[in-house]
Amino acid sequence: MIGPLLEVRNLAVHIGGLVAIADMSFQVPEGRIVSLIGPNGAGKTTAFNVISGYMRPTKGRVLFDGADITGLPPERIATRGLVRSFQRTSVFAGCTVLENALIALHGRGRAGLLGALLRAPAQRREEARLLAEAHSMLDFVGLAARADTPAEVLAYGEQRRLGIVLAAIVSPRLLLLDEPAAGLNPSETQAAMELIQKLRDRRMTVLLVEHDMAMVMQISDSICVLNQGRIIAEGSPAEIRQHPEVISAYLGSGHWEGADAQA
Amino acid sequence: MSNAPWAFVAALAAVPVLVPNPYVLAVLTLAGIFVIGAISLNLLLGYTGQLSLGHGAFFGLGAYASALTSLGFDIGIGFGLRLRVDPQPVWLGFLMAILVACAFGWMLGRLAFRVRGAYFVIITICFAQVLRMVALNWVELTQGPMALISIPPVSLWLPGLGVVPLVTKAQTYWLVLAVGVLAFLLVRQLVESRIGRALIALRSNEALARSVGIPVTHYLVVAAVVSAGIAGAAGSLFAHYMGIVDPDVFMFIYTVTMVIMVVTGGKGTLWGPVVGGLIFGLIPDLLRGRAAPELQWVIYGVAMILFVMFLPRGIVPGVQSLLRRRA
Amino acid sequence: MDQALQHLVNGTVLGGTYALLGIGLTLVFGVMRVVNFTHGEFYAFGAYITYGLIVLGGVNYFLALPLATLAGVALGALLEVALLRPMRKADIDSVMLVMIGAMLAMQNLEMFAWGGVAKLTPNPFDGSPLVFGPVSVLPLRLFVLVVSVLMLLGFWLALERSRAGMAMRATFQDPETAALMGVRVGWVNTATFALGSGLAAASGALLGPVFMTSPTMGDLVGLKAFAIVILGGLGSLPGATLGGFALGFVEEFAGGYLSTEYRDTFGFLLIIAVLVLRPQGLVPARERIG
Repeated sequence: MIGPLLEVRNLAVHIGGLVAIADMSFQVPEGRIVSLIGPNGAGKTTAFNVISGYMRPTKGRVLFDGADITGLPPERIATRGLVRSFQRTSVFAGCTVLENALIALHGRGRAGLLGALLRAPAQRREEARLLAEAHSMLDFVGLAARADTPAEVLAYGEQRRLGIVLAAIVSPRLLLLDEPAAGLNPSETQAAMELIQKLRDRRMTVLLVEHDMAMVMQISDSICVLNQGRIIAEGSPAEIRQHPEVISAYLGSGHWEGADAQA
Repeated sequence: MSNAPWAFVAALAAVPVLVPNPYVLAVLTLAGIFVIGAISLNLLLGYTGQLSLGHGAFFGLGAYASALTSLGFDIGIGFGLRLRVDPQPVWLGFLMAILVACAFGWMLGRLAFRVRGAYFVIITICFAQVLRMVALNWVELTQGPMALISIPPVSLWLPGLGVVPLVTKAQTYWLVLAVGVLAFLLVRQLVESRIGRALIALRSNEALARSVGIPVTHYLVVAAVVSAGIAGAAGSLFAHYMGIVDPDVFMFIYTVTMVIMVVTGGKGTLWGPVVGGLIFGLIPDLLRGRAAPELQWVIYGVAMILFVMFLPRGIVPGVQSLLRRRA
Repeated sequence: MDQALQHLVNGTVLGGTYALLGIGLTLVFGVMRVVNFTHGEFYAFGAYITYGLIVLGGVNYFLALPLATLAGVALGALLEVALLRPMRKADIDSVMLVMIGAMLAMQNLEMFAWGGVAKLTPNPFDGSPLVFGPVSVLPLRLFVLVVSVLMLLGFWLALERSRAGMAMRATFQDPETAALMGVRVGWVNTATFALGSGLAAASGALLGPVFMTSPTMGDLVGLKAFAIVILGGLGSLPGATLGGFALGFVEEFAGGYLSTEYRDTFGFLLIIAVLVLRPQGLVPARERIG
């Protein structure tokens, strides 16, 4: 058996005098949808920022596909096949949806300065290929009709969807999604869930941070529960639901009720 | 529509034939040189969104590099050694201007793009100031405040004619126009490419651009080098056109003039710096004799304030959306 | 050794006014997040008002100083209300552009009003230096240092003790929370900018008789103010005080021992070095990503 696709080992992050993450270890096996849940301030976004290279950990390592990526800049991590989405400002404002997709396809092109200036046939072919890829991806996620719409005028739900698409279009091996369902209505949440499953079927492994427990319980293969900067439980949705520590950590937070209703 | 730009260029090219007035040509030539500077600044300020306030430094570097190459120099470089360069042809000076400016653009890019916002702006200002003081004080090389004088006019190799010095106003005008068209095309090719998309992405949302794997600093440096090179070319034209270069070319006011051109015309649009550059390149001559020179600068300052406050996207996008609404 | 002592004294005298200059700039940046390009122009404004009052108005030197400072305060308040208040929601680059426009207009209006020839403001002090053992200092310069230090102290006291000072410090730390706690951020901004401009005008008024007063004097001084503020950390008040003295010493010693011509260059090289080598120490890492 090969090792996990992502392994977080004894991660600790101190910001100023505050301990955002005390000691965190977990693994994400290839081909799964793994969720990271926990109450507000548990350190989920911090963990995402560290894994994707936007923040340096105080201690610990992040291994991706067996290689140490701790402290690499985000763009290097992305080209290795680990890409994240953002909770807020998740699209390139001022650009159309199609341009957004083309920007995200950056890594698929080769054209350098000379190529750009001379526009040799090879460059034109490459541009045509990227354009085709962008269109096919927008088709795949159901945004084709919006191709020429400026991203910032999209409806909120569509903007969030585009945000996920931008990360997915890079064809990463591991996709980190930061609260993809935040602020979505039930039918949009359902659509987001289907999109995530479709991406998994395209051989992407998914690590999810999400508050919507119904969604987490429904699509996750396994769940890590984070509280006060530590992993307090790990397991399948069924196991997590029964876990005494998890229940006490979540008591009164209100997020649990949705999960019960769904279950 | 796509023919309109070429018609514009053809009209400009016809000016010396239709209006053979040396004063008009001189004014247009100088405005053209600043339009080229504004086009180069727009690549950084408009497309990457980085407010570079040291841009005049590349213009000045180009002017000095070109002038010194064509005049020759003889300086001590320490350890009792001397570096001596005999006067070289002007076209070599032009190339040197571009090379030197590119090299400094690369250096400034590598240094300054480690930081953003106010910090970046201040580094770029300081960069230009340091160069100004070097130009003032390294008298052996630059003649300091006494300026480099008798810089030869541009010469051009033409098939069948050999090397021809461009002494008439019309010839210089056409040369500046040609360089301007080239600079415009260069920037257009760049921004409408994969690299251009990366630059626009980083202006729009840097964190997101990095998350999809775009090495933003690399492309910022690329943009800085290209931008500096074009500004250096403009500086070279300036030096050979004026025949004199002094340390004042590094003054903040030159950079600010280019910034005003880009901001009023429309930053991040191809035609913005052309429109803004022509307007603010011609204003000084429209005001000449009618108002004190200080008032010209007051007008520039007030124009910048009014544009940023009331038409922040500039003239070209403003006119475009007006046309779209009427259509 | 004696020479070093003399440089130390000169550096201190220079540093006092630099600190005064830097405090105003850093205060405006810290509270309002505005890079104030007009700071140097307020310095020039202060110097010209002093000159005008003394030479044209026949006002006493010691009365002209506070009057020029007040004029700076008034003009600063006006500028804030007219230009910065409408730009509160704008991004930092747009605000910088507006301030550059204002700088250009102010500088050239000064040029228009006073002409390009530098002016020397008369002062009532004796022109022969006071000698203290190995070092000597001009009485005027000593007076400038004493007033600068007194103003710095007064500024500190006001910031620590007064209600307005408290509101200012609260806004400095966190504008949003300050607004929630009932601080009227709009007025704090106006007061801050007025105060910062007043300090710049005061420096100009003090140094007008020491150096020449010319319309472009604000250029170099404005840049030096940036150097001071960056040396101490952009937005840090104690930093600006230290930075002012640091720049005074660096210029004095580098100018004295390395190269007189490049005296003013060292400040700029220092800024570049600080910003390039220690950006992580200076860039606020408060923003959350995502």
